[in-house]
Amino acid sequence: MRLGSGTFAVCCVAIEVLGVAIFLRGFFPAPVRSSSRPEHQAEPPAPEPLAGASSNWTTLPPPLFSKVVIVLIDALRDDFVFGSKGVKFMPYTTYLVEKGSSHSFVAEAKPPTVTMPRIKALMTGSLPGFVDVIRNLNSPALLEDNVIRQAKAAGRRIIFYGDETWVKLFPKHFVEYDGTTSFFVSDYTEVDNNITRHLEKVLKREDWDMLILHYLGLDHIGHVSGPHSPLIGSKLSEMDNILMRIHTALLSKEREALLPSLLVLCGDHGMSEAGSHGASSTEEVNTPLVLISSAFGRKPGDVRRPKHVQQTDLAATLAVGLGLPIPKNSVGRLLFPVVEGKPMREQLRFLHLNTVQLSKLLQENVPLYEKDPGFEQFKMSERLHGNWIKLYLEEKGSEVLLNLGMKVLRQYLDALQTLSLSLSRQVAQYDIYSMAVGAVLVLEVLSLLLLSVPKALGPAAELDVPLSSPLFSLLFCLTLLVLSAVHVVVCTSAESTCYFCSVPWLVASGAVLLMAALLCAIVSAVSKTGVSTKHAGKNLAPSSSQWSELDLLILLGTAGHVLSLGASSFIEEEHQTWYFLVSTLCLALCQQVYRSHFLGNKEDPQCSSYADPGLKLALPTQRDRAKGCAVLQDNGAHVATSAFEQLGDAERWMALASPWAVLCCCRLLRALNQTGVQGAHRPDLGHWLTSSDHKAALSVLAALSLLTIFLLVQRRCSPMSKVALALGLLGVYCYRAAIGNVMSPWQRGNKDISKGIIEARFVYVFVLGVLFTGTRDLLRAQAAAAGTRARPVGLWEIHSGLVLLAALLLRPHNLPVLVSSLLVQTLMAKFVWKPLSHDAAEVTVAHYWFGQAFFFFQGNSNNIATVDISAGFVGLGHYVEVPAAFLTTFATYVGPILWASHLVNYLSSEAGSRSSLRHACFCYALVGSIPVSAYIILVTSLRYHLFIWSVFSPKLLYEGMHLLITAAVCIFFTAMDQTKLMNS
Amino acid sequence: MNVLPFPGRLLWKQLGGAFSPAVMPSVNLDQIANQENTMKDTDIKRLLYAHLLCIFSVILSTFIPSLFLENFSILETHLIWLCICSVFVTVVNLVLYSVVKPNTPSKRSSLTHKVARFLKCCIYFLVSCFSFHVIFVLYGAPLIELVLETFLFAVILSTFTTMPCLCLLGPNIKAWLRVFSRNGVTSIWENSLQITTISSFVGSWLGALPIPLDWERPWQVWPISCTLGATFGYVAGLAISPLWIYWNRKQLTYKNN
Repeated sequence: MRLGSGTFAVCCVAIEVLGVAIFLRGFFPAPVRSSSRPEHQAEPPAPEPLAGASSNWTTLPPPLFSKVVIVLIDALRDDFVFGSKGVKFMPYTTYLVEKGSSHSFVAEAKPPTVTMPRIKALMTGSLPGFVDVIRNLNSPALLEDNVIRQAKAAGRRIIFYGDETWVKLFPKHFVEYDGTTSFFVSDYTEVDNNITRHLEKVLKREDWDMLILHYLGLDHIGHVSGPHSPLIGSKLSEMDNILMRIHTALLSKEREALLPSLLVLCGDHGMSEAGSHGASSTEEVNTPLVLISSAFGRKPGDVRRPKHVQQTDLAATLAVGLGLPIPKNSVGRLLFPVVEGKPMREQLRFLHLNTVQLSKLLQENVPLYEKDPGFEQFKMSERLHGNWIKLYLEEKGSEVLLNLGMKVLRQYLDALQTLSLSLSRQVAQYDIYSMAVGAVLVLEVLSLLLLSVPKALGPAAELDVPLSSPLFSLLFCLTLLVLSAVHVVVCTSAESTCYFCSVPWLVASGAVLLMAALLCAIVSAVSKTGVSTKHAGKNLAPSSSQWSELDLLILLGTAGHVLSLGASSFIEEEHQTWYFLVSTLCLALCQQVYRSHFLGNKEDPQCSSYADPGLKLALPTQRDRAKGCAVLQDNGAHVATSAFEQLGDAERWMALASPWAVLCCCRLLRALNQTGVQGAHRPDLGHWLTSSDHKAALSVLAALSLLTIFLLVQRRCSPMSKVALALGLLGVYCYRAAIGNVMSPWQRGNKDISKGIIEARFVYVFVLGVLFTGTRDLLRAQAAAAGTRARPVGLWEIHSGLVLLAALLLRPHNLPVLVSSLLVQTLMAKFVWKPLSHDAAEVTVAHYWFGQAFFFFQGNSNNIATVDISAGFVGLGHYVEVPAAFLTTFATYVGPILWASHLVNYLSSEAGSRSSLRHACFCYALVGSIPVSAYIILVTSLRYHLFIWSVFSPKLLYEGMHLLITAAVCIFFTAMDQTKLMNS
Repeated sequence: MNVLPFPGRLLWKQLGGAFSPAVMPSVNLDQIANQENTMKDTDIKRLLYAHLLCIFSVILSTFIPSLFLENFSILETHLIWLCICSVFVTVVNLVLYSVVKPNTPSKRSSLTHKVARFLKCCIYFLVSCFSFHVIFVLYGAPLIELVLETFLFAVILSTFTTMPCLCLLGPNIKAWLRVFSRNGVTSIWENSLQITTISSFVGSWLGALPIPLDWERPWQVWPISCTLGATFGYVAGLAISPLWIYWNRKQLTYKNN
């Protein structure tokens, strides 16, 4: 079957979207969540079970401790306390662990072993996934049910000193706090002294119930000089001293208080042998957890290895200790030794509460929860518990009660363990199998695209896609068999809980079929190119020297951008990459323009300001004929110079100036919105404009921008749509005036701010009208079959409709971005692309780069926080999901979309070769899918990186979204191409 | 026909004024070829020595000042180093080109003409400094802060690129355009000029890459990485160009005819 390269590219991108979707689903496992929002927390605690009658104990048990002090030491590894280092440098703590009244555990943290998710795990008892971040749209505050929130609701006064992350997570939860930043890694004394200086006063005071200290110094030492540095020892002794001070102070206070107090020493994550953290090695995962309280019995001095527990268990234990309900999403279980000294009835009550909470969570997250062994155990122990209560209330003999009680207790503990395990297994791991399936699909598509470059960019722009022969080949059948076998084996193995196994088998087999077919297509493509290079092998060598600077730059730029995605800073500062590339592109174009201006009219040996790698590869016959650059000079440089010479004098000057004008535009836009991480705090024009003092300036700017947009867009519109456009742009200003962004000239003093729904809908009407006119013109031209000149008109109307929508959705200070994007498009098309007659591939890549740069010019970044959600509410009274999502996506990707639509306009208005649209579509698909595929591999290999959640994952989502946009653009291209085909 | 200050005098005469490299000479006697080859070898040798001197001057500019100035280091007193390096390279270039004289002296060698030529060169140099400064700002350098640093970067880049051009080609835009268009070089001096200039540009371009990284090293500050990149590019160009020309001398004789 012969396919146009555009259609082929669309198919490829569609498969790629599927692959990325599967990969994303595997990369971001769905979290275990309770469906009830934390706001509705009036839910009464579960009453004590009682066989037959209802128990009289329905309230929460009273707190066990009066005061709780949590000393969290960042990167405290278990052997720093329990190992030889602990014995040497932390004598007091060792004494407490071995002989004092304390319970010690090794708490296992789940990866990513990074501070923020670990704090969340400690306080909510859940395992935070990245999806939470999306769900909260990066609002830094922790919205889940957690111990701190519960304590605050119960009127406890909490004081916090230490890492700022806490203050961001729990705003307004602390009666007193002092946050220190962990920004300066090389400072490991000041950060801790800033915390310790408060201790003296706080320990004397009585007006608090909970004190949280988060020490960062140890982590900083680890990052700077590793876990075996001599600095570690002195830091550990410092921490030991602090612990002693707090403990003695607590003990002296306890004499007056009724209840004992609790001192918790813990770490958020460990430290690898290299001193960093984030991954899942034993050293990074194991942290000490020491609970110290006079309520616990003194130990006789037997030194056993501390028991291994989960880090999430602390939340449930703290909640029980403070007499609070256990956080709803907690998957942890109560650390039983803490309540061991209590009477049997209370012990059972605590365990019951915890089991009920866990089983509720299980019910909400696992569809077949009734078959879960944990749930069965829970039901049984609840029944036994009821019986026990009945006996207890009837006051049977204490011996029997005790024995039965012990039995219930053991039953409960077993149930807790099973429940907790099956819950935490749901979120703990990356779903490697689904990720692999997705990655394989994406990579296969990419290699197919790369292999078909020479054919697809050839003059015919058509590809042979053999469908029948590979489908029945031996290779295909074998691959299919192997893949199905792998699928069955992976899915039936006991401990896997992967998404790809849970999809309907029809879908799964479809994906497997696709993988095998793609593999066969790649193999056949490879063998074909092997044959063709053997034929043309001699001629390939000279062609490399004929690449123009622009081609070289495009290749290097694409490769460099892909490589830069491996570094977190380059992802944070991706805008710099694009600005840099676009500036360099402008300079390269500038050089070309100048060369054809100054040297064009001479008989000049320059080989090519025009070169098409695909064309060259595909034209062996021509190359045979042509020695050196004669052919290229004939069809390339000569055309270029002649086209350049056709320009008038004024136009020539414009052509010479336009790259500089574009550069100036880009530089101004850079100053408009500072984005990224390093520069985000710097003052920029955007903030200056949006501040209320400069409303007048903003209004003038917005009005001028709208006027310029009208002037730039209207020249190629039909009179009808001119009027519609003008009214629409007027409506945009009215809308901005109505919601109070800009001053309105006709309603002075009218201060009330509406939502501007009428104005926005007024604009929507015109947007739809213009789009409709454009489509109708297109279709009519197609029907008439003669109007090759009418078609661009219709296309341009679609473009102007999109511009109008963008003008409505972009915030007023971003309107200059829209203006300059239109300006740059016009300048480039008129004075650079056309006179220098660049081929479709170069123009496409250049448009793609500009689209990316404009994505960042409007203030976007690779951080989810910069998405402008307000665009989703324009003209909508309340939140409606589908239009809001569509509008937000459009507003975010205005840059790439507008540049792509301009590309279609330019290429179809140029009466160039028939295949230019297909070339463009193919190139767009290729440059769009290279970064995604490379990034998927990178992310998979960096999945235990320190910044995986903060930097790499948001970028992955952006890449996925961008691929979706690319697919839409490619479909648009192909549709245009099809209409063109029908016309001709 | 406008006579350019044209290098490779002998070749030029022998080939009977065949200006364009695309036009192949019809007379290609063995004798001429031999002469040509020996010429080429001595020229390459001279080129190599000249370039070694240039590299030496760059290295000296990092060491000599520390004898006279206290607390001198490239990173901390970067601006001073920039000035010194620029002066060193300029002086060495001027001396070298006046000694080696690869280019033809112009026909009119009157004093006024020489002075005018010198003034023109100065103006060209200043213009190139300012245009580099403008390009840096367009590339994203801060407009108001660090003006001096940006300008000195422009100066040193001009020293590495514009200065040798001025020395070799004189203030003649047409000749520059010819040298920097494809296949336009006509002597090994021009060829090496092309290589060093392009490698200086590429070096400073690559020097901008590490700026966004968060390593917090002192050399990542604008414009230090770029100036260092330009210097390394220049030195690399100086080192590579004689070798490259030596290796490709067979093809080059053809090309440069």
